[in-house]
Amino acid sequence: MNEFWGPFWIVLAGALAGASCGLLGAYLVLRKMSLLGDALSHAVLPGIVIAFLLSGSRDVIPMFIGAAICGVIATVLIETFHRRWRVQEDSSIGIAFTALFALGVVLITAFAGQVDLDQECVLYGEIAYTPWDRLFWEEWDLGPRPVWILGTVFALNLAFVLVFYKELLIASFDAEMALSVGVSAALVHYMLMGAVSVTTVAAFESVGAILVVAMLIVPGASAYLWSDRLKVILILSALMGVISAIAGYFLAGVWNSSIAGAMVVVMGVLFALSLIFAPHYGLLGRFVRQVRLSLRVARDHVLLKLLRDRESQRVSALSWGDLVDTAARWVSGIAIRSLMWQGLITRANGHFSLGEQGVIHATRLLRNHRLWESYLNQIGLPPDHVHDPADALEHFTDDRLREEIRAALPDIATDPQGKRIPDG
Amino acid sequence: MPIISGVYEVIWDATFQLVLLGSLLIGATSGTLGAFAVLRRRSLLGDALAHAALPGVALAFLWTQSKALPILLLGATVSGVVGVLIIEAIVNYTRIKADAALGIVLSVFFGGGIVLLTHIQQSEVGNQSGLDKFLFGQAASIVRTDLYVMCIVSALVMIAVFLFFKEFKGLIFDAEFLSALGFSQRVVDLLLMGLIVLTVMVGLQAVGVILIAAMLITPAAAARFWTDRLHVMVLVSGILGALCGALGVGLSALAPRIPTGPVMVLVATAAFLISVLIAPRRGVLARWVRLRANALRENGQHFLRAYLALQTQDKEEVVLADLASELQLPLYRVRRLAKRLGRDGWVNTHNGACSLTELGHKEANFVVKSHQLWEYYLVYRSILEEDHVDRPADEVEHILTPEIIEQLELILAQEDIDVSGDIHKMGSGYRRTGKDE
Repeated sequence: MNEFWGPFWIVLAGALAGASCGLLGAYLVLRKMSLLGDALSHAVLPGIVIAFLLSGSRDVIPMFIGAAICGVIATVLIETFHRRWRVQEDSSIGIAFTALFALGVVLITAFAGQVDLDQECVLYGEIAYTPWDRLFWEEWDLGPRPVWILGTVFALNLAFVLVFYKELLIASFDAEMALSVGVSAALVHYMLMGAVSVTTVAAFESVGAILVVAMLIVPGASAYLWSDRLKVILILSALMGVISAIAGYFLAGVWNSSIAGAMVVVMGVLFALSLIFAPHYGLLGRFVRQVRLSLRVARDHVLLKLLRDRESQRVSALSWGDLVDTAARWVSGIAIRSLMWQGLITRANGHFSLGEQGVIHATRLLRNHRLWESYLNQIGLPPDHVHDPADALEHFTDDRLREEIRAALPDIATDPQGKRIPDG
Repeated sequence: MPIISGVYEVIWDATFQLVLLGSLLIGATSGTLGAFAVLRRRSLLGDALAHAALPGVALAFLWTQSKALPILLLGATVSGVVGVLIIEAIVNYTRIKADAALGIVLSVFFGGGIVLLTHIQQSEVGNQSGLDKFLFGQAASIVRTDLYVMCIVSALVMIAVFLFFKEFKGLIFDAEFLSALGFSQRVVDLLLMGLIVLTVMVGLQAVGVILIAAMLITPAAAARFWTDRLHVMVLVSGILGALCGALGVGLSALAPRIPTGPVMVLVATAAFLISVLIAPRRGVLARWVRLRANALRENGQHFLRAYLALQTQDKEEVVLADLASELQLPLYRVRRLAKRLGRDGWVNTHNGACSLTELGHKEANFVVKSHQLWEYYLVYRSILEEDHVDRPADEVEHILTPEIIEQLELILAQEDIDVSGDIHKMGSGYRRTGKDE
């Protein structure tokens, strides 16, 4: 095998496996069926082994049949344990898949030597042998067999997702709606499970029974953090599968380790990156939004404090210590500095006062606050209970909402505490 | 018999006794704790924890170059706990649901473990590190010092279960009550998780990271069939676990090539299936017997009611074929029914016809009366209209007791309701019940 084609076939097989799993995995994550994928990939093992034992070869057809039978048995067992024998659902899954997997391992080790299959293959597959596992038709060499198998499965999965896009979408998000427009959620469920089983078996030789779970769930979950749109999730998920395959191959060379394992590690890294950097659902985005929100609230409170002070004594004489919110000193400090920097407030002799723009801002906020107090009082809240809710609402009230509240109130000049509602 | 003498030799082997004792301890510990883990719905978390332990084992070895069990288990514990913490963080801080979070941590940590293991294997040729016994488990690798570690951990777990039994019970069945008693639910939950961590770690060597979860789940689920009482369940689960451990090791001693973990799991699964089958009350057989007895009684009572419906003034006999068409049952089943009722002394059968004995008449009258009284009662209480009462009465007639009938009669008599005759004037139907053969 020459230096280009060897790695090429391995990476291609990995990429096809990653993309096939990624496409279906997105649905598994969306439909909260990740554990079923996990269970299924463990449970098909005895079927594969028995097919090997009976056929004496690595032919695809007996393998698929054996795995399919085992997949159905696992599903039936889980259902029987749970529904008929009333075992808890998680325990049912746990019992069924560990039992079948144990059976598979015992069969492999008991008949070791008779089957061209070992514990390593179960654990992390034999993707490294891809270039040497050739497919022949008569005497023509058609290329590596795993690439053909995985390519066919990828094409099938792609066709499945494209043809049944709408059905899968509706059944995944709203089973009742699906029923009302004539889509059988149960049929979609079984078709999806069938596709997952076929993909699991096809990927088994390359990446092993356990790591295929990672390929199914991890890219789907990562993509789910980036977008709310199913199309984007599907494309991203498949893409991450492909990227992991390429990067994993080269990392395995560097680490001198299993290729499939390295692919999964790359998937884990991609997931961690998504977890942190995904714009809306990522941890960083969440943190930034929270900081900005608390900063905004802190700024508003500083402005209001200064305006209230001015209202009562005509001369502003608040020092840094008066202005800082002791409960959130850090955010409050940043808020004061940013207000000074923008010129909304000024400092002279250690005392703060509102700038020209600051007065406009602050007056608008105070008007929000007192209008809300009046409104809440009008809808039945006692006057001594209106301050706190108004305090929370004042920050998020824009011009339109403010005038709507004004219009909903009788013509009053003061709030329930008798303080003047400023004009905005 | 070579195999018998082989077994005999194995049993008296000191190493084997050590291994047997070790797996007995592992089974007992995981069985005992599994009962709580399963009821608290933490069983699959144990699975994630075990898979996540693999990179820890490999890293501990890479770092210390030592294969001593305590060091490897320490590494396993650290990475297992990190894995569980990551699951919690993902669930708490992102939109990803618990099942996916579990799957992600489980598979990515396992993938990392595989990378490290293959790296160790391929870079240190000649020094087969033997870490791969942690994948599927190899009880034969238990040595005396390992056994001490197991004893200490098992003892700790057992003592904790004994001391905090009430708290765990509260956590499982009524967490709010537990808080009301002044215990922090979170602390008790953490304690349980900590014990699950210990249990999983101590079982890793013999059962392996992939299947150790089964030793938590399967004996406990089996024990659940035998009892409704927690302390009994914990006891049964512990004993079952110990038996599975010992039996698993014994069986795999006959075929040393096979790893012990899968064998133990298969033994546990067999124990589960047997429990499901033969457990009293909740078991499948017991339930089948109960259902069959009900079906027998119901069909017998239908037979009697149909007899009275078909009986005419002048003839003390009803043809079985007529009964079959009245009951809408095949003739062979009616014949069998008649035979069985004959054994109870209710029916005499002769030449394709039957007649009721005195006892049979009494029972038949009682059933018809139950049916009719219940119909009248439903109408009297305005629960249903006359033409809708037949079906519910058909279902209830089999379970009404003479005391209830007396009460019904009394109530209806006080209201001066005439309860003679068919309320809907169209005869009564017979509900199809389960098979009685």
